[in-house]
Order: sequence, then structure tokens, then C-alpha cells
Amino acid sequence: MPDRVGETLTGAQLLWEALVREGVSVCFGYPGGAIMPAYDALPKYPIHHVLTRHEQGASHMADGYARASGKVGVCVATSGPGATNLVTGIATAMLDSIPMVAITGQVPSGLIGSDAFQETDITGVTLPITKHNYLVTRPEEIVPALREAFYIARSGRPGPVVVDITKDAQQQSCTFEWDDTPIALPGYRPDYSPLSEDLERALELINEAKRPIVFAGHGVMRGQATGRLLDFIQKTDIPVACTLLGLGGFPATHPRNLGMMGMHGEAWVNTAIQESDLIIALGMRFDDRVTGNLKNYAAEAKKIHVELDPAEINKNVRVDVPIVGDVRDVLGKLLPRVQPSDRSEWLGRIDALKGDAAVRDIKYMPDSGKLYAAHVIHDLYRFTEGAALVVTDVGQHQMWEAQYYKHDHPRKLLTSGGLGTMGFALPAAIGARFAKPDEEVWVVVGDGGVQMTACEFSTCAQEGIKVNVAIINNGFLGMVRQWQEFFYEGRYVATPMVSPDFCKLAEAHGLTGIRVTARSEVEPAVRKAQETDGTVVIDFRVEQEDAVYPMVPAGADLGDMIRRPEEPATDAKTKGPLSRALGHNPIFETGED
Amino acid sequence: MARTRTFVVHVENKPGVLNRVASLFRRRSFNIDSLNVGTTHEPGVSRMTIVCQADDDTAKRIEANLYKLVNCLRVDEITDVPSVGRNLALIKVGVDAERRAEVLQLCDVFRARPIDVGPESVVVEITGAPDKIEGLVEVLRPFGVLEMVQTGTVAMARGAQKYELGNGHHNSSSPVRAA
Ligand SMILES: Cc1ncc(C[n+]2csc(CCOP(=O)(O)OP(=O)(O)O)c2C)c(N)n1
Repeated sequence: MPDRVGETLTGAQLLWEALVREGVSVCFGYPGGAIMPAYDALPKYPIHHVLTRHEQGASHMADGYARASGKVGVCVATSGPGATNLVTGIATAMLDSIPMVAITGQVPSGLIGSDAFQETDITGVTLPITKHNYLVTRPEEIVPALREAFYIARSGRPGPVVVDITKDAQQQSCTFEWDDTPIALPGYRPDYSPLSEDLERALELINEAKRPIVFAGHGVMRGQATGRLLDFIQKTDIPVACTLLGLGGFPATHPRNLGMMGMHGEAWVNTAIQESDLIIALGMRFDDRVTGNLKNYAAEAKKIHVELDPAEINKNVRVDVPIVGDVRDVLGKLLPRVQPSDRSEWLGRIDALKGDAAVRDIKYMPDSGKLYAAHVIHDLYRFTEGAALVVTDVGQHQMWEAQYYKHDHPRKLLTSGGLGTMGFALPAAIGARFAKPDEEVWVVVGDGGVQMTACEFSTCAQEGIKVNVAIINNGFLGMVRQWQEFFYEGRYVATPMVSPDFCKLAEAHGLTGIRVTARSEVEPAVRKAQETDGTVVIDFRVEQEDAVYPMVPAGADLGDMIRRPEEPATDAKTKGPLSRALGHNPIFETGED
Repeated sequence: MARTRTFVVHVENKPGVLNRVASLFRRRSFNIDSLNVGTTHEPGVSRMTIVCQADDDTAKRIEANLYKLVNCLRVDEITDVPSVGRNLALIKVGVDAERRAEVLQLCDVFRARPIDVGPESVVVEITGAPDKIEGLVEVLRPFGVLEMVQTGTVAMARGAQKYELGNGHHNSSSPVRAA
């Protein structure tokens, strides 16, 4: 591409020049009047544009691209309805700290404020759901605004930035200037370094603790601290619990990894948290889905909170030692000075808790001829060797995935944690696919959520890309149905859902559809999906009224879980619960995990 | 325990910045008593005085959240540092020539100044802490207060130190150290 610095270019050209220089190679969008000058200039630039079927899809694709690659994701939309359709995806990215730049067209500057055709004050609308936003009305401002937007989106605690550009700014021309010096914004300092006195206090607590537990949050991955965390745990032998977005930040199969904490965390994890005497929280924010009732949350534990965003400290949970800084940096400073310690008593206690829970694990229950969602996910884990990039939607399937698909590597599970946005999975997976064209990408989605953004199947077809879509079809808005069962005396209001024939839907898009109704069909279906070119949709007809266990009801103490009912087993008299659970296991056709 | 806090906030003088600050307080349910904004001697820099109700933890979070605004240059909480704070009020009292002297005498006691005198009304200007202004309003009320307007508090720390913009606490953990 010719270097056009110093030439007179239109605002539309400047936009793409800036994007190319920011390293953008793909963007996701949908055209319309106010952004047409930009689209008209696009073909001259080495940026692949993915035409989505809805702007919400574009925002989730940019988000999925960013989550999978660690780079800034870019989406583009026109003014008014185009811009407002991005809002859900922007809010999703905001709550999960995802670097994204959303570019919107705006009515000509002279018409702003006149309720012109397709005018929406999108900077006003997105003010509380962006890290920052810009309204650009002159071509001279386009390049600086975009440079700042990318810098703000990816630095510090990442987040989405909206750049709203008027149509006349795209049409007018000015000299293209590019300033390579680092951006200095007088009021923006994304980097914090920990205070040594705080590190000292943390070291004291860590070295004294008898029942410590480490929390691995999203910040471990975003801060590229996974290696350091592993070293830290190898040295200290402290068990690790993960948040939903932290899964994969510490290898799931590592003996010290307890799994996910919180509302649908395994019983041993939540009980261990309640019994711990020290919490070392890394890059997480004590969301209410993680803590339950704050009054009785980990009452005996001292708390160290390592977090890049000072506004998160003491927000939900009062901590003893706040350390504002980057997780990687902080772990690097603590690592040489933490002492190894004999943890056998504490680890033994946790093992005992685990044994009790394993009895109830659906994975170990005898095959009753029914297809359980947990079985599907567990099999998917086995047949993809735990190596797939899995994108989940929101609901029961999301929690089962978190429980049964063991992620050993970062950026292998993408899910909307903070906002819990149904409809996220399919478009986010398309975005992830562009970031990781060589990885096996699986969507795990409910029959409800898939229909929220099913129009993007058409995008898969047009782009000729492959994602495998596992629809966990229970005929209900499952998670809401579960709440109705537990907390509303089983009144299933507005949760039974009639769906189209998903196989035919896939075929109508020129994609492949497979239906699975029995456990024995899971493996062949997964294998066929793996072997087939192009997107494959598998309609898993699972048990309709299954529930996710354990469950901490909203607002209850973390230790107060609704436990998975213990299934009466036929050989209960001859075997103890543990051997029954862990011994010969009839549901595994292969006989092994 | 929530108590009255005073924050001095320096921001870039750019369109929409007031909206960003106000939106932050609204969204996080921080309670504003008064917010005053104006330009300073430095070009491009505006200064806000924000008075609000907050406990210790909330006060730290207000500071930290303000720092998250890209256009926010510096935040200082001056609640517990020696400082001066002033409101300005204009009070229009309906009095004719007969009782005017009485009103002006009262104003004198409060160090308020008449700034407009008409045949049937007087406009009085007073600066001071809110309770002093309230006191004057109460004694003028029997004469007939026709209208009044007052600013929020503007405040400043005492002493000779200069505010270096961009030299606030926000480069360390201090905004969030356990109180
Ligand atoms: C956009 C959106 N609307 C509503 C909800 C509330 N909600 C959370 S889970 C859920 C049910 C999801 O049903 P389905 O997609 O079938 O997945 P399942 O729970 O059955 O696995 C609903 C409606 C949401 N999270 N997002």
C-alpha cells in the first residue's frame, strides 16, 4: 500500500488509512446512508469487511475477534438504527473489558440536533457503556480520534470506544498526517505500579496463611500472566479457583485447579472459599454471581486484591490489602519472596469435599438412556481433546460448558460473563474464527439464544467459514425454567419454546445439519462435524427439565447451595458412594474418561 | 458513615465533559449536593467543585471513578484539609422606601451588599457558607423574598502549594488504600 502521508485525502480515506496503520485486517459491519462515503473508499484498502446480518452481530463479532486474538476488534455501522443496534454488543464488551472500536456514521454536522433522518445521539447513548467516545465533525479530527480510540481501547483495563463520524467529515478532505510518537493524553494514565508497602503486607499474609486460595480472574489472561501464575502455584502449592471469565487462565487439569467458583461453582470450590483464611484475588472484581450474600462471604479470610482498576477496590468486598497494578507485574514481584509450605492438611480437606461432590456428578451417573447436556459437553471435551476454542451463549448450557469442558489454555473459552448476553455465541464465534482460522471452533448455545442471532448463519455461508454449532436443545429457555422450578413453584411462564427444525434451517443456508437424540450418536455427530467443510449445526435434543447443580440462589450465602440430587444407584448396597462413583462407569462407552 | 465531602476536580474543557461527570455520579448512585464548574487561569482547563454525601469507601471510589474519565486531569478531596468554601446568592426583597433602611441594616450585619435598588425592591448579594446564606434568607423572609438564586459551593485548599495538573495521586495505589 502506498504511503500517502502528506497527500490530501477524504475523511473516508483517512479512516481506513488510520485503521490499516493500527493493524486492522478485518472489520465487521453493515452499511447505510451516513457511513456510505467510508464504504465507498474501502475497496482500495487491505481490510476484509464481513457483512453481517444485523449490527448486533457485527459488535459481537468484533468482540469475539478481540477475545480470541487479544487485539482490538472493529465494527462499523451507519447512524441511527445502525448505531443503536450495536449497543448490546458494546455493553457486552464494556462489562467484560474487551478492547473494541465501534465506528458509526453520523448525520452531516449541520443537521446534528435537528432530529434529522436517522439521527441518534450515539455518543450520548453509549456514554455509560463505553470506556470513552468521540463525536468527530471535521476530517482533521478523524486520524487523531481513531489513534486515541485504539490506544484507549487496548491499554490499561481494556474496553470499547465509539467513534461517531459525521457524513460531511467523511466527504471533506484534508492533509493526511500521521504522528508515530506515543499518545499522551493528559488525563489518562492506564498503568499503575504496586506500592512496595502493599506488596510487603501481602507477602506477610501469604507466608502465614494456613488455608489460602487463589482466585484467577479475566485479568490473569488479559494481563498475560498465565505463566507467572503457574510458577506461583508450583512454588506455593496454593489451590486455585477461577471466575467464569478466568477459565483457561490456569490449566483446568492441573491438580491445584479446583474449577469455577460462584453461583454454579462446584460445591467443593465454594465450600473451600468459605473455609479459607486467605483469598488472593487476581484480576477479578467480586461480581455478585461470584460472592453470593456479601455479609457472610468468606468471613474468616483475609483478602488481597490485585487489580488494575482502582475503582474496583472495596467496591463489593472490603479487602485487607489492595494492590493496584498489573497481575503479571505483581506476581513477578511476589514470586521470588513467597515461601513454599506444606499444605497437606488444607488440600486434604478440599479432597474430602471433592469426594462428596463426585458422587453426585452427573458424569458418573449410570446411563439411563437419556441424553443429558452434561454428557454432550463432556463428550465434546473428549472428542476435541480439550483443545477446541469454545464460544458459549448464556444459560444452562453455558454453565455446563464451564463445568465439564476443561480448558487448559487461555483464550479458549469465550463467553459473555458480565452482561450475560443471549445471542452472543454465534456471532462471537464468527469473529473468533477470523482471529484463529486454524483452530477448531465450537459454539455451544441454547435453542433460545441461537434464535436471537441465527441470521448470522447466513454470514457463515457468505464468508464460507467453518464453525461447529452445538445447539443444546431442551425446548425451554432452560435457565429461566430452572429458576421457575426452584423459586416460582414450577410455573413455566413464557419459557416453553417452539423452535424451527434446526437441521432444515442449516440446510436452508447451505450448511450441514445433524440431529442427535441419544448418547451413542454424539461421537459420530462430532466426528462428522470435524470432517465436514463449512459450518455444521448439530441439534442435540437433550433432557428438557434438567437443572444446573450446584446452585447458590441469588442473594444466598456462598455455602448455601442447592446440591445435585443423589441418584439412587442399583448397587448402592454393595458399594460405598465413592467407589460407585469413581469405579466402573457404564455411561462411558469407551470405559475411560 | 456517609458525610458531606468536597472534591475539587480539574477537567479538560471539552464538549460533553460535564455530562460525563454528571453521568458517572448518576450511574453509580453517588449523591451530589452541588456541582459547580467554571474555567480557570489555565487555558483549556475547567475546575469543578463537587459536594456530595459519601462514606470513606465510596469517597475513594468516587475519586477512582473520576480518574477513569479520560478528560479528568486531577481529583483532590479537600473535605479534611484546611480549606475555604463559598456560595454566592442573589436575593430580591420586595420593600419600598419606607422599610428599605431596615433591610439594608440587616444586610450589613451579614456583610451582604445591595447591588440593585428600585422603588419597590432591593437585590442583595451575599457570599459565604450555605448556613450564613440561609440565615440571611430567614431574616429577610418577613419583608417578602420575591426570588433568590445561589451557586453551589466553590472551594479551595488553604496554603501556598500549587496544583500541578497531572501530578495527582492517581499514579499509585493511594486513591484506594484501605481507609
Ligand atoms: C438478551 C437476553 N435476554 C434475556 C436473558 C435472560 N436469560 C438468561 S438465560 C435465559 C434462557 C436461555 O435459554 P436457552 O438459550 O434455550 O439456553 P438454556 O438455558 O436452555 O441452555 C434467559 C432468557 C438474557 N440473559 N439475555
